[in-house]
Amino acid sequence: MLTVENLRVSYDRIAALHGISFHVEEGEIVCIIGANGAGKSTTLRAISRLVPAEPGSKITFRGENLLRYPPEKVVSQLGISHVPEGRRLFDNLTVMENLRLAAFARKDHQQIERDLERVFSIFPRLKERITQKAGTLSGGEQQMLAVGRAFMSGRRMMLLDEPSMGLAPLLMMGVFEALGELNKEGTTILLVEQNARMALKFAQRGYVLENGRLVLAGTSQELLDNPDVKKAYLGG
Amino acid sequence: MAYLLQHVVNALQWGSFYALIALGYSMVYSVLMLFNFAHGDIFMVGAYIGLFVATGLLALGSAGAVALPNWAVLVLTLILAMALTSVVGMLVERVGYRPLRRAPRASAALTGLMIGITFETLNLALLGAKRRSFPALIETTSYQVAGVSITNTKIMIVVISLLLMLALDQFVRRTKWGMAMRAMAVDIFVVPLMGVPINTMAALTFALGSGLAAVAGVFFGQAYPVLEPYMGMLVGWKAFVAAILGGRGSVLGAALAGFLLGFIEIFVAVVFPSTLRDLIAYSVILLILTFRPYGFFGEPYSARLRL
Ligand SMILES: Nc1ncnc2c1ncn2[C@@H]1O[C@H](COP(=O)(O)OP(=O)(O)OP(=O)(O)O)[C@@H](O)[C@H]1O
Ligand SMILES: [Mg+2]
Repeated sequence: MLTVENLRVSYDRIAALHGISFHVEEGEIVCIIGANGAGKSTTLRAISRLVPAEPGSKITFRGENLLRYPPEKVVSQLGISHVPEGRRLFDNLTVMENLRLAAFARKDHQQIERDLERVFSIFPRLKERITQKAGTLSGGEQQMLAVGRAFMSGRRMMLLDEPSMGLAPLLMMGVFEALGELNKEGTTILLVEQNARMALKFAQRGYVLENGRLVLAGTSQELLDNPDVKKAYLGG
Repeated sequence: MAYLLQHVVNALQWGSFYALIALGYSMVYSVLMLFNFAHGDIFMVGAYIGLFVATGLLALGSAGAVALPNWAVLVLTLILAMALTSVVGMLVERVGYRPLRRAPRASAALTGLMIGITFETLNLALLGAKRRSFPALIETTSYQVAGVSITNTKIMIVVISLLLMLALDQFVRRTKWGMAMRAMAVDIFVVPLMGVPINTMAALTFALGSGLAAVAGVFFGQAYPVLEPYMGMLVGWKAFVAAILGGRGSVLGAALAGFLLGFIEIFVAVVFPSTLRDLIAYSVILLILTFRPYGFFGEPYSARLRL
């Protein structure tokens, strides 16, 4: 479904990704793990077209050249949503406005209403807070809203940047459970995590990113059993 | 008493100009983190566009082609001036500011000043240094209410200005475009992830602000019927002050601050010699800002400045 080949990205001429290649198949949950500054967020940003890919990079989505699309169309036409690092909610907008804004480009008004109901059935806490400003939500509620927002914007594929960050274990389980449900309903998931154990338990396959290069790939079980991964990412 | 009331009426009209112009400054600042220092000159361009549309329509009338009643000329002038000036505003955004979206803010500010000077110089070059008078489109009638003289022109200016501000406020609060504008004010980097085309939003923001400036220009032409190439400078700077005073991202704030500025200026001139007017008026503003550094209704949410 998504194929990335030789992806290179630089910030102000300093390379962050040195030509990485990977793929995600329809219906899969795939994770990319790596340490701080490895380039995980950059990878997702390149797919969302928030940062430009260098010439020679190739990204195809369902057979189409994704790099031809501007960021808003990656969402509205290709159906790829992105939960950015640090959630990045619109603090001055209410919960409802955040969700509605995510449906900005959609014309299927009846489906939008049904999707809103779906978000509220997955996260009932949000429904109680629809008129509350997003900036005043608790960390866990904010993460729910970030996932709900992505659900409203595009659902073929979801890019998730550290959804577990700052969440208590119980809340984290809740968010991952919800994500698992969305996946069963047909959303392909590409997850990026520092919390490698959690990510590998959730995903079917994984990649390991180090200093802008993919150094390992395998099924989650293979990676969990790999001695290098154990030492570097699973605490021994 | 009647004497003071008379000044209230004048202050309302004068404040309408500041408020209409301040809204353009305020929206662009809020949505794009940018002071559009060409905005005062966009007001001037709007006034001239209005002048040409109005004289054109009147000429059509006297040539016997289509003789429109004057109120219709005024309505058409307002609509066409808004539309054409919006196009000018969108061009300014497209040519001047879009290439600098990621550049340091100082470059954008310089560009704005440059664009303003370009407009003034172009006006001088194309139209010569003479002042032009704006044709009066409504026959002035004066009403005496409790010893205060109110003209129909003043009523129209204040009422239409208020209605437009109200409309803008509702647009920003209730429509999805308004929602996107408010979202851009706090995090322009992730707005595209909502499927929102930010270039279109930037163009829309400039179009709205320039349209309101054009209305101010046409009304200015009705109230003080003389236009000159530098008419936008001082008014523009003062409207900028009103935008800051209103608070980032607040339509209500910019409008209120515009009117407040009108009141302060007019009433300072009642008490003090008019040569000291601006000095005293802006000292008052400065004083207000020391107590409310974010203005009247500035959002407490700060903008995220990187990805
Ligand atoms: N906006 C930016 N401007 C300049 N350099 C950046 C920017 N964002 C990231 N970088 C650099 O690119 C490299 C990769 O960063 P990235 O954010 O992709 O890492 P990450 O794997 O997501 O790290 P973390 O786990 O800490 O979120 C880092 O060296 C970082 O300093
Ligand atoms: Mg990251």
